[in-house]
Amino acid sequence: MAEARPAALPGWRAGVPARWRGTTAWLIANRIGSGALTLLIVSAVIFIITGWLPGDAAQEALGQSATPETVAALRAQYGLDKPPYVRYFDWLVGLLSGHLGQSFTASMPVTELIAARLPKSLVLAAVTAAVSVPIALAIGIVSAMWRGTLLDRALNIATLSMVAVPEFLVATIAVLIFAVKLQWLSALSNAVDVSTPTQFFRTYAMPVATLCFVVIAQMARMTRAAVIDQLSASYVEMAVLKGARPARVALRHALPNAIGPIANAVALSLSYLLGGVVIVESIFNYPGIASLMVDAVSNRDMPVVQACAMIFCFAYLLLVLVADVVAILANPRLRHR
Amino acid sequence: MDDKNPIRLSTSDQQRVLQALARGASRREVLKILLSMGVMAASAGSLVAMSTKAHAQQPKKGGRIRAATPSSSTADTLDPAKGAHATDYTRHCMLYSGLTQLDATLTPQPALAEEIRNDKATVWTFKLRKDAKFHDGSPLTPADVVYSLNRHKDAATASKVKSVADQFTEVKAGGPNEVKVTLAGPNADLPVILAASHFLIVKDGAKDFSTTANGCGAFKVKEFKPGVRSVFVRNDNYWRAGKPYLDEVEIIGIQDEAARVNALLSGDVQMVMAVDPRSTARIKATQGFAVLETKSGLYTDLVMRQDAAPTNNPDFVMAMKYLIDREQAKNAVFRGFAVVANDQPIPPSHRYHFAGLPQRPYDLDKAKFHLQKAGLVGSTATIVATPAANGSIDMAVLMQQSAQKIGLTLNVNRVPADGYWSNHWMKHPLGFGNINPRPSADQLLTQFFKSDAQWNESGWKNEQFDQLVLAARAETDEAKRKKMYGDMQVLIHEKCGIGIPVFLSFVEAHSSKVKGMGSIPIGAFMGYTFAEHVWLDG
Repeated sequence: MAEARPAALPGWRAGVPARWRGTTAWLIANRIGSGALTLLIVSAVIFIITGWLPGDAAQEALGQSATPETVAALRAQYGLDKPPYVRYFDWLVGLLSGHLGQSFTASMPVTELIAARLPKSLVLAAVTAAVSVPIALAIGIVSAMWRGTLLDRALNIATLSMVAVPEFLVATIAVLIFAVKLQWLSALSNAVDVSTPTQFFRTYAMPVATLCFVVIAQMARMTRAAVIDQLSASYVEMAVLKGARPARVALRHALPNAIGPIANAVALSLSYLLGGVVIVESIFNYPGIASLMVDAVSNRDMPVVQACAMIFCFAYLLLVLVADVVAILANPRLRHR
Repeated sequence: MDDKNPIRLSTSDQQRVLQALARGASRREVLKILLSMGVMAASAGSLVAMSTKAHAQQPKKGGRIRAATPSSSTADTLDPAKGAHATDYTRHCMLYSGLTQLDATLTPQPALAEEIRNDKATVWTFKLRKDAKFHDGSPLTPADVVYSLNRHKDAATASKVKSVADQFTEVKAGGPNEVKVTLAGPNADLPVILAASHFLIVKDGAKDFSTTANGCGAFKVKEFKPGVRSVFVRNDNYWRAGKPYLDEVEIIGIQDEAARVNALLSGDVQMVMAVDPRSTARIKATQGFAVLETKSGLYTDLVMRQDAAPTNNPDFVMAMKYLIDREQAKNAVFRGFAVVANDQPIPPSHRYHFAGLPQRPYDLDKAKFHLQKAGLVGSTATIVATPAANGSIDMAVLMQQSAQKIGLTLNVNRVPADGYWSNHWMKHPLGFGNINPRPSADQLLTQFFKSDAQWNESGWKNEQFDQLVLAARAETDEAKRKKMYGDMQVLIHEKCGIGIPVFLSFVEAHSSKVKGMGSIPIGAFMGYTFAEHVWLDG
């Protein structure tokens, strides 16, 4: 998890004027620098690891019918006859000049493939976030306020069992009930062109509900823990002694101080919504970016694998950065430092 | 092939057939009756087709179908040369036409070539139809056919059938409307080979297949997104009069089998390919849906390498063949959607199948006898199985249990499907392969059993067999040819390091509203050609 404030500033950062250090702008600049470095390292690691996978794009494309001759021809066509480091630097140079390259298997630019899938993934993630975050926060805060009560335990058990049930089971059962049996909803998420709110609901209800199952529990439990942590602090005791009502104590006094850890928990859960939803994508046949990457890995389609990895990594870094900024803005002590 | 087979049936025979059809006899049953009358298989097919047309409701024009196949990825292609799986083949058969087309008995029928002549099975002349047009309106010319056939020989095309096309020594225009193909050696099966989806005819010079296709097929591309979906619309200028019936067909890939069946039952798709036999009960129990089984030549085989121990010992190989419990494989692993096989690759439905070959039983005593003769009692062997070879893991476990009873320890090494063909297939002494049906017996035997074959799975070398392959390929006399293929089946059954437990059926399901479905046992969805045959009713 990300640290909001580096304890000491080693090396070159020590030379930065003290009044810049610790400001939000400084934090963001710092993050962008380390983010770029992370992306570079991730891209190299992914490139090396996929290189270790058995077979390459040419062999995968030809499958059973591969002959040494056709494999060699296809390798030359894909540029796989060049040594790996040359291919990596070619790719890197391409990336810096804004070209993600050409997909081996789909014979079209990677950007085109991504452009077709990424918006879909973002819509799914956004809708899921819009539904799950408020519910999770509500569950977390309520169970923190009434901790130890029957309600708290009931919510605890409910959220725990939501985490425990694998998402493919939730999805499959949901499909069996709502699509096959009742025929209220569509079993496939790309079956209809979404143009009316009803169609939108029919298409997104089940995938979103399934994903909510996975992410709500995580966020709710982190929220509960963070709020409880604050509720046991002495300033809360003070507020209670002053006669503040429980709701005011929780929401006005404790919550702002708990926002840091909550934002980080939310960011972590949401980062899962982009790359980790491959099961949901496959069950609902949703053409998102996670299944694109899985396809690309099994076809050894390096340019697409790299591009997807960069997107996931970038999204993760961005979410963590936003979480940190939110935490700072919400916390007066951090804000005014 | 070279002439239209007249239907030689007496009136009483015709009555018998039509009565059976009226009773609702399946195509297969009628074929049996016809074969018992000694009717040529080819004419049997066309008679059934005629009767089916007469009996079933009149096909209706219009409507839209969404069909789901198991494989779809960014590797989807509109280039017939690169077709890799059922989804690609289905798409290609909709968009392009070939010189020939297979019927329900896998006998080639004329398509873009309206007349086919040959000289000693070596020089073939194809006379092209005059009324066939590409989607862009241009007429079909010999240049298109020459380009389409020759491009497979260029390694840069990365064609899946390069090794097959290498036998074309020359392809050239032989007149205003004729194409002449000269082969390196005689091959009586050329019309069968050319019916494969890879050899569908593309436009002369076509190189870009990324988003659109220009063929003579029944449908045109409306939308093609690899790994997402493809939508095809009716080609009103299709050369086959009156067809297709549907306005629009959408093909999507749903990899998860349960999701595929659910999509069918919820009405989101009307047809699904590759149904797990376990799901058939559920589909049959739901009103408005039908399961279709196509018995095929697809098989998952036990590969015993002849260049490694202990599988280079003929007695060990024989012991393993007796260890296969074929009935159990059929019933337990494939839930009855399979046909017991006999360690040779020509399925019972094929015209060259040798029915006189005695069935090899599951016989532990004989297995033990051979194992003892090999001196391998008490030894341990490893068998490599994978989800890539359908049913191989279950079959390996069955063999493991049987092997225990005769004093052989079999370790089942389960390896992932990913990368199986390039890294494991044919590389272990004891492993599995999975061979798709080939309509041409010659092609199958040449590619997988001939001593110099690229995919000679077991590394089997038999001179007599090789000579027979060449002789049968050149033979145009059907009876002699059938005899030779019979001899080859006996050789493989007795001596080859391949164990074939069962032939697997293609199982698919569709909404009862989809009419006109049948079986062409080269692949699912009527040998991938359903789109031009089916219509929607109600």
